[in-house]
Amino acid sequence: MASHASGTSSIGANQMQSHTIKIWAWVHKWSSLVCTVFMLLLCLTGLPLIFHHEIGHLLGTEVEAPPMPEGTPHASLDKVLDVARAQYPDRVVQFASKSDETDDLWFITMTPTPAPTDDFRSVVVDARTAELLAQPRFDQGFMWIMFKLHVDLFAGLPGKLFLGLMGLLLLIAIVSGVVLYAPFMRKLDFGTVRRDRQPRLKWLDLHNLLGIVTLVWLFVVGATGMINTWADLVIKYWQHDQLSSVLAPYQGQPTVPVAERASVQRSLEVARHQAPDTKLSFIAFPGTSFSSPHHHTIFLRGNEPLTSRLLYPVLVDAKSAQVTAAPELPWYLAALLVSQPLHFGDYGGRVMQIIWALLDIASIVVLGTGLYLWIKKGRSTEPKSRQSSQPRISEEVAP
Amino acid sequence: MKNTQSRLLAIWGWPVALGLLTGIGLIAALFSDGGLGDTLSGICLGIPTVCGIWYGLLRRSPR
Repeated sequence: MASHASGTSSIGANQMQSHTIKIWAWVHKWSSLVCTVFMLLLCLTGLPLIFHHEIGHLLGTEVEAPPMPEGTPHASLDKVLDVARAQYPDRVVQFASKSDETDDLWFITMTPTPAPTDDFRSVVVDARTAELLAQPRFDQGFMWIMFKLHVDLFAGLPGKLFLGLMGLLLLIAIVSGVVLYAPFMRKLDFGTVRRDRQPRLKWLDLHNLLGIVTLVWLFVVGATGMINTWADLVIKYWQHDQLSSVLAPYQGQPTVPVAERASVQRSLEVARHQAPDTKLSFIAFPGTSFSSPHHHTIFLRGNEPLTSRLLYPVLVDAKSAQVTAAPELPWYLAALLVSQPLHFGDYGGRVMQIIWALLDIASIVVLGTGLYLWIKKGRSTEPKSRQSSQPRISEEVAP
Repeated sequence: MKNTQSRLLAIWGWPVALGLLTGIGLIAALFSDGGLGDTLSGICLGIPTVCGIWYGLLRRSPR
């Protein structure tokens, strides 16, 4: 009340400031409250996913190519596909891919129909001898559960989009948290954690410290994760946007039956001839979500660090093995592909993986302390009353 | 005015510096494959991480 006697202009400014802070505090509280449980789930399930290759090696589920002299010639891909089909005569080949690590293994994905599904079997074939190496079940076990909980909550596209929405709320919570950082830190040095007072102050300080330290990282990981949830839709749009005109001549024709398809090995060679300085990423078979009903779509990737993240699709006619089109990758697919490493943290070696894990744990602390602060005193970040010219938070901050 | 500026710097100096380092670290490794960019990235991302561990976990007595 006493403050009313001193200069009116400063009261006006203070009241305005306190009002603004109140709005941001409201935004921060609700955006984070809604998404916190899901973000905790994403941080926890994401932690083992950072190390999925290492965990696979430890568990022995990672398939290794048997050593052979360098330059051992490769078998025809058609032979490799025959081996895979022989394992599952009632299934179709959806994708054939090479891993990032070695050129000597083929991973063949077999599904009941070309439609997207979680019911898939993987067949790993030696690229040199066309020998069956393994049939790992990627669709079960601990890592699969972590993966599904992280990606779509076992709920398919709606699950993905829901998590994307939660990601958007996280971004709002981060931005509003940054706005609130200044009023909290007005009288504190950077990094102060008041451990010797009430536990609440300690957790508040930790929340602010770890929140500001992980700020840019969590924003980038959150934003790229959100972008990834739109991948299915972006690919659908790409097919509509760029492939419609390419596919116009094929209109009304059914998916090319396996018996009428040309050699896939030949198709691969034709595609690589189109783009000589590239490696194969994967081949999408006719009728699958990454191809058309009439094409083997060969996805090539570059050899440079950045271009190896980008894909160059070549549509090869499934009957004639002639290149129909090699459309330029549109900006939105390039953005999607470049956003993936920024989310996964798989582009800077072991050091980056460890940093990813540590920052992930720090984010769990930020989420946990935020939840604790809300449970302990839900309204503490709001001004005490309208009469008070200073928001309540600065009382907390005062020594 | 000068007072406001130094207060702003006191509050935002470290956060801005750590944010910039994180940004550089995230981008640097995109352009390299196990080379200089990865090292630079490790250092730039490592500083905020170590900062969080030091102030949040290890440092016992302020002052």
